[in-house]
Amino acid sequence: MPSAGRQVASRGSARGSLLGIEGVSTAEIAKLLQLARKMNPQRPRPLLRGKRVLLLFYEASTRTRVSFEIAAKALGATTTLVLSSGSSIEKGESLLDTAYTLRAVGADLMVVRHPNAGAPHLMAAHVDIPVINAGDGMHEHPTQALLDAYTILRHKRKLEGLQVAIIGDIYHSRVARSAIHLLSKFGAKVVLCGPQELLPELATTLAPGLRITRSCEDAVRGADVVMVLRVQRERLAGLKVNLQDYISRYQMTMTRLRLAKNDALLMHPGPIIRGLELTWDVADCPQSAIVEEVRNGVPVRMAVLARALGKAK
Amino acid sequence: MKQSSQSHSLLIHGGRVIDPAAKVDALMDVLVRDGQVAEVALPNKIRAGADEKLDARGLIVAPGFIDLHVHLREPGQGYKETIASGTAAAAAGGFTSVCCMPNTTPVLDSPEWVTWLRQPQRGAIVNVFPIAAATQAGKGAVLTDFRALQRTGAVAVSDDGKPILSETTMREAMRASAEINFPVVQHAEDTRLTQGCSMNESPTSFRLGLRGMTDLAEAAIVDRDVQLAQQFNGARLHVAHVSTAEALKAVRRGKHNRARVTCEVTPHHFTLTDADVRDYDTNFKMNPPLRSASDREAMLAALADGTVDAIATDHAPHAPHEKIIEFERAMFGITGLETALGLAITVLHLRQKISLARIVELFTAGPARVVDLRGRGTLMRGSHGDLTIFDPKKRWTFDASKSKSKSHNTPFDGWALTGKVVATVVGGRVVYRTG
Repeated sequence: MPSAGRQVASRGSARGSLLGIEGVSTAEIAKLLQLARKMNPQRPRPLLRGKRVLLLFYEASTRTRVSFEIAAKALGATTTLVLSSGSSIEKGESLLDTAYTLRAVGADLMVVRHPNAGAPHLMAAHVDIPVINAGDGMHEHPTQALLDAYTILRHKRKLEGLQVAIIGDIYHSRVARSAIHLLSKFGAKVVLCGPQELLPELATTLAPGLRITRSCEDAVRGADVVMVLRVQRERLAGLKVNLQDYISRYQMTMTRLRLAKNDALLMHPGPIIRGLELTWDVADCPQSAIVEEVRNGVPVRMAVLARALGKAK
Repeated sequence: MKQSSQSHSLLIHGGRVIDPAAKVDALMDVLVRDGQVAEVALPNKIRAGADEKLDARGLIVAPGFIDLHVHLREPGQGYKETIASGTAAAAAGGFTSVCCMPNTTPVLDSPEWVTWLRQPQRGAIVNVFPIAAATQAGKGAVLTDFRALQRTGAVAVSDDGKPILSETTMREAMRASAEINFPVVQHAEDTRLTQGCSMNESPTSFRLGLRGMTDLAEAAIVDRDVQLAQQFNGARLHVAHVSTAEALKAVRRGKHNRARVTCEVTPHHFTLTDADVRDYDTNFKMNPPLRSASDREAMLAALADGTVDAIATDHAPHAPHEKIIEFERAMFGITGLETALGLAITVLHLRQKISLARIVELFTAGPARVVDLRGRGTLMRGSHGDLTIFDPKKRWTFDASKSKSKSHNTPFDGWALTGKVVATVVGGRVVYRTG
């Protein structure tokens, strides 16, 4: 029984956990991506038969939740979804007590999404099964970065040397942090673009070689990949962002997108808000990989789950 | 406060007495009789006999340490700490006097509660000097009755944990402070700038996805308060736990302009930086937060050059259910009474080459001046018989699980430190001694 009374939390997570891209080596990432290429959701592989995957979601999600669920089932695992509403979490149960409970009913792996940065780390430090971070506050969303890399690599030969523009609300974005770590590790040239309040100068300290520009045109010009992010209105915490001004300066339009390379890829982690961070036609243009990203989420998460449970074949 | 020391004498012999207030740093013997310092003399010159003797050869004999900033958590939060457990931890850390903060349940904002806190039933084993709330219920709006609180034994007022944010209220507080010569202790934080923040704004906060507090949130308030203090002749402002270079500049300006402004720095702020916040370990979460390396450099310089008046721990015990949770939801604060001296010697003396005499001053004469503890913070004849005897060379490892505090929320568990308390004497009685 884990002792909740120990005030000095034990460090070091259970084997197989994926808490963030920052601490994962390029070799490990390459292996995961290679494994993902062998996964086909249409042809189930019962690598995780008899395993119980718990999906613990403290925050809203459509694509991440569904794709984890489909990935787990495609591998033969059973899945149980626990939402913060309608569970004992509403009654005030702590994160760790919920984790202990889910472990006690027989979970073999937990996928967790949480509004607080570091919540999966806390769980991983106290339970003896792998914890997969499905997005923690403003911190990281590692499986999103993996599926983005997977998607890019279906169109580009390698990440090294690619010019990637990440545009929008980077400060509040866990997707941005994970993507920046991953792309920088592999030698992509990452340019960040957004207004001061959504992209502080501090952002350049996240990885070596990052560049910030306040001009969308500057960021997109010559880019191989244009990644557009949503303005996270739920995380603004009183911050005032003039949306009209944002749209005029940072919205991805066809005119702006044409400044990128002819074969540039347009990406967005979703959910997209048409008419805000991108126009209707950009979302559906031939260069848009938005739907493909969602599709690729399944094999990538199959790989992550299989690897976490030591069943990567 | 201790009245039980009648007809008892204690001779501490062979030690090196460091008493900065008396400008003494020499091998001396100290005789404490009836709770007071009766004699300080060259070795073997004290002829009077003693009921009890303490061999201090190889040790430093200092005036009893005073901690200006301790959360004893009573009334109302005894699950975190009690006056008994908190003062036991203080004694183990070499503190003979602690000033306790009023953000309790209820808030310590009345003379009745000040009286309650000082009653012997509370089980204090060191001197407890209450700091009462500066505003009613600590809500920052209506001032408490400073005069009545002072008369009942409060040594200062503060809304610690929160700032006195309103300029109007703070101006009134400075005016009242000047009238009765009473220090106002400010937790300097412009909370309008720090909503939802859980650490210092820094590369680490950005990387961890934690909202960061700007250093200006502290400096802005210190700057304002220093100016307010200068408007009322005699007003006394004490800035609690200064943690930024900018705030120190404001304190320096105030001192230069002869404002009665004093400040304290905590051991964790002069030891750690925001880069130490790893793995979302909530034992590194406190307010003010750990700051940048350059802020830390500024604090080290200010500790050495006299800008800082006292080292204070901001000992803030919390229960596991308030700390072993998500970082952003965890309470601010760490314990600190038992590691203060070890950190001061390890970091300030051995690494920064600050003299032992200056360190002792920061633990004794400095804080005694801040809150006017007469006859404390020195070993001059007739002073209270409060002494801290420590071994500046002793190497030891801090084990949080053996702490006397009820709570173990410390980032220093397992730290190897140099400098350890050997005995703590309050009113002529040994209240703590290493085995």
